[in-house]
Amino acid sequence: METIDITGGVPLGQAARNVSDGDAGRRKKRRGQGKGRPVDPKALEEVRALLGDEPRRRDLLIEHLHKIQDRYRAISAAHLNALAEEMRLAPAEVFEVATFYHHFDVVKEGEAAPPTVTVRVCDGLSCEMAGAQNLLALLRNGGYGDGVRVITAPCVGRCDTAPVAVVNQNPVDRATVAAVDTVLERNALTAVVPAYENYDEYVDAGGYALLKACIAGERTADDVIATMENAGLRGLGGAGFPAGRKWKIVRAEAAPRLMAVNIDEGEPGTFKDRWYLERDPHRFLEGMLIAAWAVGIAEIYVYLRDEYAAARAILTAEIAELQARAPMPLPPIHLRRGAGAYICGEESAMIESIEGKKGMPRLRPPYVAQVGVFGRPTLEHNMETLYWVREIVERGAEWFASQGRNGRKGLRSFSVSGRVQKPGVHLAPAGITIRELIEEYAGGMLPGHTFYGYFPGGASGGILPASMDHIPLDFDTLNEYGCFIGSAAIIVLSDKDNAKSAALNMLRFFREESCGQCTPCRVGTAKAVALMERDDWDKNLLTDLSAVMMDASICGLGQAAPNPYLCVYKYFPHEVS
Amino acid sequence: MAIAPQKLEQAATNGAARINFTLDGTPIAAQPDETILQAADRHGIEIPRLCYKDGYRPDGNCRVCMVEIKGERVLAPSCCRLPSEGMTVSSTSDRATKSQKMVAELLLTDMPNQTASPYKRASELDVWAGKLGVTKPRYPQRRQPANDLSHPAMSVNLDACIQCGRCVRACREEQVNDVIGYAWRGEHAKIVFDFDDPMGASSCVACGECVQACPTGALAPANGVAMIEPDKKVDSACPYCGVGCLLTYNIKDDKIIYVDGRDGPANASRLCVKGRFGFDYVHNPKRLTKPMIRKEGVAKTAALLDPDDMWTVFREATWEEALDLAGGKLRAIRDERGSKTLAGFGSAKGSNEEAYLFQKLVRTGFGTNNVDHCTRLCHASSVAALLEDVGSGAVSNQVEDVALAEVAIVIGSNPTVNHPVAATFMKNAAKNGTKIILMDPRRSDLARHATYFLQFNGDTDVALLNGMLHVIIEEGLANEAFIRDRTENYEALRANVKDYSPEKVAPITGIDAQTIREVARLYATAKAAIIFWGMGISQHIHGTDNARCLISLALVTGQIGRPGTGLHPLRGQNNVQGASDMGLIPMMFPDYVRVDNEGARSKFEALWNAKLDPKAGLTVTEITEGAYKGDIRGMYIMGENPAMSDPNVEHAREALAKLDHLVVQDIFFTETASYADVVLPASAFPEKTGTFTNTDRRVQLGRKALDPPGDARQDLEIIQEIARRVGLDWSYAGPADVFEEIRRATPSMAGITWERLEAEGSCTYPLEHEGDPGEPVIFIEDFPRKGGRGLFAPASYTHADEMPDTAFPYIFTTGRQLEHWHTGSMTRRASVLDALEPDPVISVHPDDLAKLGIEAGDAITLESRRGTLTGYARADRGVQRGTLFMPFAYNESAANLLTNDAIDPFGKIPEFKFCAVQVRKGENVAAAIL
Repeated sequence: METIDITGGVPLGQAARNVSDGDAGRRKKRRGQGKGRPVDPKALEEVRALLGDEPRRRDLLIEHLHKIQDRYRAISAAHLNALAEEMRLAPAEVFEVATFYHHFDVVKEGEAAPPTVTVRVCDGLSCEMAGAQNLLALLRNGGYGDGVRVITAPCVGRCDTAPVAVVNQNPVDRATVAAVDTVLERNALTAVVPAYENYDEYVDAGGYALLKACIAGERTADDVIATMENAGLRGLGGAGFPAGRKWKIVRAEAAPRLMAVNIDEGEPGTFKDRWYLERDPHRFLEGMLIAAWAVGIAEIYVYLRDEYAAARAILTAEIAELQARAPMPLPPIHLRRGAGAYICGEESAMIESIEGKKGMPRLRPPYVAQVGVFGRPTLEHNMETLYWVREIVERGAEWFASQGRNGRKGLRSFSVSGRVQKPGVHLAPAGITIRELIEEYAGGMLPGHTFYGYFPGGASGGILPASMDHIPLDFDTLNEYGCFIGSAAIIVLSDKDNAKSAALNMLRFFREESCGQCTPCRVGTAKAVALMERDDWDKNLLTDLSAVMMDASICGLGQAAPNPYLCVYKYFPHEVS
Repeated sequence: MAIAPQKLEQAATNGAARINFTLDGTPIAAQPDETILQAADRHGIEIPRLCYKDGYRPDGNCRVCMVEIKGERVLAPSCCRLPSEGMTVSSTSDRATKSQKMVAELLLTDMPNQTASPYKRASELDVWAGKLGVTKPRYPQRRQPANDLSHPAMSVNLDACIQCGRCVRACREEQVNDVIGYAWRGEHAKIVFDFDDPMGASSCVACGECVQACPTGALAPANGVAMIEPDKKVDSACPYCGVGCLLTYNIKDDKIIYVDGRDGPANASRLCVKGRFGFDYVHNPKRLTKPMIRKEGVAKTAALLDPDDMWTVFREATWEEALDLAGGKLRAIRDERGSKTLAGFGSAKGSNEEAYLFQKLVRTGFGTNNVDHCTRLCHASSVAALLEDVGSGAVSNQVEDVALAEVAIVIGSNPTVNHPVAATFMKNAAKNGTKIILMDPRRSDLARHATYFLQFNGDTDVALLNGMLHVIIEEGLANEAFIRDRTENYEALRANVKDYSPEKVAPITGIDAQTIREVARLYATAKAAIIFWGMGISQHIHGTDNARCLISLALVTGQIGRPGTGLHPLRGQNNVQGASDMGLIPMMFPDYVRVDNEGARSKFEALWNAKLDPKAGLTVTEITEGAYKGDIRGMYIMGENPAMSDPNVEHAREALAKLDHLVVQDIFFTETASYADVVLPASAFPEKTGTFTNTDRRVQLGRKALDPPGDARQDLEIIQEIARRVGLDWSYAGPADVFEEIRRATPSMAGITWERLEAEGSCTYPLEHEGDPGEPVIFIEDFPRKGGRGLFAPASYTHADEMPDTAFPYIFTTGRQLEHWHTGSMTRRASVLDALEPDPVISVHPDDLAKLGIEAGDAITLESRRGTLTGYARADRGVQRGTLFMPFAYNESAANLLTNDAIDPFGKIPEFKFCAVQVRKGENVAAAIL
């Protein structure tokens, strides 16, 4: 048999000793070390020192990777290999997790370690509209030398202060080169924790009285659940599943039941969860504990996106305070740190990440209410949903349900950004129209800007033109237009913007954030960007692509990813004709 | 991020009853837990699939199998989705078809040249794209990754990768070798080995399961063989270890071009590197093809003869001449010096039929019971203990029972290396919750999957196991009812282990008392517990005692006689179980009938129409010693290689050189052939048909796929030719004919027919009557001993024959490595295996290397009281400090030059696992003699 070059291998039919003689280095390595990569004793010592007495359980893999990344500003192959050994995992198991998350810098032998300082420039749409690309170019030519690298980052959840650059873990709002320079000069690499209501202040103002009453038996779980149902509070992460009904369903599942709180707020344009956490964290924690009490939860996992370093400092401190001082027994609360992956906001991907794995969404059924964290029935909630529990129970279902406008009920926390005078989180009646929101809450359009269009629900919720300014903004009301409100992230476009490039920005985001599991999303987002980067969009190809992405993707990311460009065809046809 | 509302209430609830649903207008009754795709397959409705593979966990990532379910917002993957009652499903609706076609088109877009795979015939993507009518993709192509050709056996062509993850499941969930990962994300997501290393530099063990799993040829066997259409496919078995994997040889132009795993009961389509890639030794140009006769006047010395120089010592002969000389001289020695001066070594690599005829030849033709084989060097002590205590030398339960066990002790065994496919089932079980207690002085890859790993001091097995017995009895965990009803001599055991408190044995064994207590409790209280062991138990002068302790553990807890409970000595050779069953041992006739059993002997005398020697013959080590002393003058050695495999091998070589007449029958010019008078070229495994009995007592059929090269002949024919020349009138028509006689000689196999083997490929004995199902679990009611009870045989802790001292301060232990089989006669002549492990390596703890001032990869010299060798030092944190390990496959530095030939008094097995050596920096490693 003839040996064909591109197919490799040793020629069959004869012993191959002479063949491998050619590669003396490899042969000596094989002689001396055997297969694979031997564990470096020094790296193993370092990893053991970092991990200390902490358990080596698989679900703590991402936490342990953070320890290495934080300490060494990168994860060397030697450290990664040592971590695998220490955790009794295979090298491939740790490598695939480490490389899945953007915030881990895996450095192989012979590769240069990244600089100790990383400046991440947010290239989310709101930041891009505020000049992020220009800022990025200036910073890249800033002459910072080998000690600093400048890279882009997906939406960091500070769209109201666009553009944003993050220096290591310190966000620079309304970033300029000068502002970044100042931070670098001061070597201020950690987040500044804003003033917030701490445990004592919260308790002094009547906090945790409701939880105490619940646990003391002054309220029944049935009553509290009924209140939640009557209030009509729906999941505020974007899916809008009725909260009370979810409690009922999970409560009916077999114990032990677990809870997972989703604070992986990554939908471009969304920053409401961070806003609340940085002001009133205990209101959320009390709601969480009431839910846990009502549903009978054994343990709670709180998953916080890595970008929210200040919120992490707050939650770390306040959960410790609460656990130390709460006058009632609490279930264990585990704070887990994301590592830079939008997809982990998808509930089942988040569960995978909590388990220390890549954030790849699970196929449903089974639903997480039945098979969630560690295979147990799981109550999963967005942080803001829980934030409202105390107030609803205290003030009654009627109070909440009586809010609303244009025939809708309840309140929504709109994250408003883009071309408005007062971007920020605006608590407004559900059902408010975009026009009302801009005029009444966001201070109107920026001077010199004319309202052109808007994203009603972050990257995934579609794009609507200014002419469609009469639609009540709420769950369900946008469906007939091929859009949805999701997490209520409103990005306002003006006549200085165009929908086509806004859509491309969003598709690039989806391409970068696709987990890579299913064909329609992994291949579809990449092909869509390639097609949209051409001057002339090929409508047939993009439409065919949208069909398979929407119908056959595993999760909401791929299913919703075509929305931006489909809306351009539908509502901004003049831009693509 | 936004997630569509979920219909929690609609979650499928499946009872045990059949699920009635409609698929493409056809009413279908699905079995419980059957997916839509599986139900469709059963009804002949074809749904495309790529990431789905029968037997693997469905993953649902490729999305080519999407179907439309009435009332659901999006399509569903039919490979993962279970139907629910009344569901209406369409696999051919416009929406479903659109998605199926688009997935195929998108994947085809990113194939090399956007067309058929250049790496594999009938790539599954090409097949399904064709059926879906997708021909010319319209989308822009991704940037293609480079090919990775770093591995001798496989090519990595990720430009044909569709990211279906079948290889990941193959590597991580089937084989549990955990080398392949799916790293990064999105369009950058990529199949990686370890840390995205070249495959050839990674920890890949080359089982090839990924290649077998890959639908497109992105992972393919090297040399482009997946593009070649075989002329024929022959279903057969693996020639290497005792696991007994079934496989298919793919033949083109009378050459094996590649091997596929076949769905056998012991391997479920899995193979290891030897079975899958170690086949081409049969095509090695150095195969023996002509009979050879030692030239007149060329004297024998103890030195090995390089095969390249063999014609300086031997001359070519005709078969007639060679056979006449071979058989005639054996006959003459018998007639002149008596039967006792002859002996034969048969082979555990040969078939049952060959083993049966070989021992019959020695017993009825030579007139002696001096017949043995390498079982003496592997499990003789285990078998001695098993026969003594439970009345049968075979395993009580099959490997697959590990899945039913709550606890599995694996002791003195490195199954990931020596029984790789059996190890995969252990790892699968561990993943499913079976607690593995690994006990071994050397840490193996299985340790990562074990709940407990006890790295105890070598040679202290009895102390450790008695410590466990002590805990079980002291803490009231003994199974009193079982002991009362099914055992004898319990009091003696109890009295004996009284002295072995965990606190007392802890400093001896190096395992703390608490751990000994925990594992003893875990084993004793498990609902089902099984013990696997290997040479680490048996190859000691106290090997029989070691095995006795394991048997006592099972008897004292009653962990035997049920599914998932029992005793399993993992057998080494592919037919070591069968060869022993066939009576290829000096003290027993077929089916373990003792030669000194008057009544039984007359049965064999009648069957064979011959007078039989009533005295047990000599064992392997005794025969060697006999040759050295001149008591043995003539030998017939078929397929064994004592000049490499015997302990203190220099002595063994001297012994072989002293023989008046040595007939060697083999496929290569082995080390043993150096001392032959006549060398007979024989047939390799794929060149013959026969039955082989694996470690599970499964009798399996190996089928002829090739003709022997040149004038080489089938072993069964050669044995008969020799038989005729010593005066036996034999004319067996072939293996089926011999098998018929085996059925008569071996009642436990009497019910197995050749026809059934041809139809089913595998039968488990005991199978006494035609039509019986066979007995995978034995000892359910009683033990095949007189009175039916199991015997407690107390054992006391003793040392190895040779302990380290100041002159020879290191412990030396031997065994095998993954790529090389025993003495290397096959595997070192297999291209891939040789490329993977070309050099003699000695595993040393890195701290010892530092102490010795030797760099990993450099030469290291070892010296024992018996010999000296030089190999390459391999840093290995798995060996204990002060201990060195070496495989015995390398003739340029034969481990057995150093080993001690002291033997166990019961099993007569040498102490391969323990001797004392001194160590120093080496100079040159000799060249291999191949």
